[in-house]
Amino acid sequence: MSRFKQALKLFLTFFKIGAFTFGGGYAMIPLIQHEVSEKNNWITDEDILEIVAIAESTPGPIAINSATFVGYRVCGVLGSAAATLGVVLPSFIIILAISFVLNAFQSLRAVQYAFMGIRAGVLALVIKALVSMFKKCPKGWVSYIVMAFAVAVGVLTNINVFLIIIISALFGLVTYSVLRRRAEK
Amino acid sequence: MIFLELFWTFFKIGLFTFGGGYAMLPLIQEQVITHSWLTEEAIVNFIAVSESTPGPFAINIATYVGSQVGSAAYDGNFWFAILGSFFATLGVVLPSFIVILLVARFYQQFKSSHTVKGLMTGLKPAAIGLIASAVISMAATVFIPNGFSTAMFKSVELYISAAIFALCVFLVFYKRKKIPPVLIICIAAVLGIATGYAFNL
Repeated sequence: MSRFKQALKLFLTFFKIGAFTFGGGYAMIPLIQHEVSEKNNWITDEDILEIVAIAESTPGPIAINSATFVGYRVCGVLGSAAATLGVVLPSFIIILAISFVLNAFQSLRAVQYAFMGIRAGVLALVIKALVSMFKKCPKGWVSYIVMAFAVAVGVLTNINVFLIIIISALFGLVTYSVLRRRAEK
Repeated sequence: MIFLELFWTFFKIGLFTFGGGYAMLPLIQEQVITHSWLTEEAIVNFIAVSESTPGPFAINIATYVGSQVGSAAYDGNFWFAILGSFFATLGVVLPSFIVILLVARFYQQFKSSHTVKGLMTGLKPAAIGLIASAVISMAATVFIPNGFSTAMFKSVELYISAAIFALCVFLVFYKRKKIPPVLIICIAAVLGIATGYAFNL
């Protein structure tokens, strides 16, 4: 298959993945696995797991990371551009359309009541997401210190979130290096 | 230049988000509110929209903020809304795109890098701590939108929101059957409408 055809197929596959996953991120992984490894044999199942691991340790949303990575493996930079565009486009179109509808209906009384209820529901959903992230996170005193630091500084001060992230990353790096050196001795 | 500002802000947000799900939320909250692009309440509302539409939260929120800011800056012009969405979404996608291309090329070095592992031991828990702090500020918006005071205990909305929240927490953590988020949002919406009219809020 020519490179262009391959890229087009990547685009269409990831468009489909983008259009049919609700909730994004991890919800997308089974679909990516089905389309990319079972149907098209672009990548093995083991590599899919690797992609998840990489997506977690690089910046940005998991959906974009996986699309870019799979695209690159299949046909280089062209492939990664095609796959990424494909996964982004459905959301882009749908949300753009919704943002106009939302503006038009927001002042309705029933819609305002609905959103009053919805906000309480969303809080529950985000708490659920937080709990499952916590369960997946490696435990240990370094983790707990960083978590406590991030919550405390985030709630009590106006310190920039970017700065909190940088400090946490450096703290992780320093403790990791110290612990590793000690283990080697 | 508003479009450049959108691009740059979302570029930074994309670059500093580690981990999936709502890892982006604290950054969005801070950046979008300090720019006065959206209110905190609008962000919470939009999370519901994002949960009920396909695609990742990151792309959805970038597109939404972009369209709101673009159209607000140019009297609700449709084309400027699209342009705003385009720049915000491009901004949030580009850091991942560039970093993954580099990682794909230097895969072996990346995989065995102790620096990456070290940084991650700090980044993962930081994301959790920051989301927790985002949840606390969200809770304040949901339950006491007018701020903390003794008058808040007299507001019927507080008790209605608390009741709907309690029910949703039960449904979300219900072990025997996984209830899809969209259904929870629908239930919350119906309860909101019903109680809103019943108490004539």
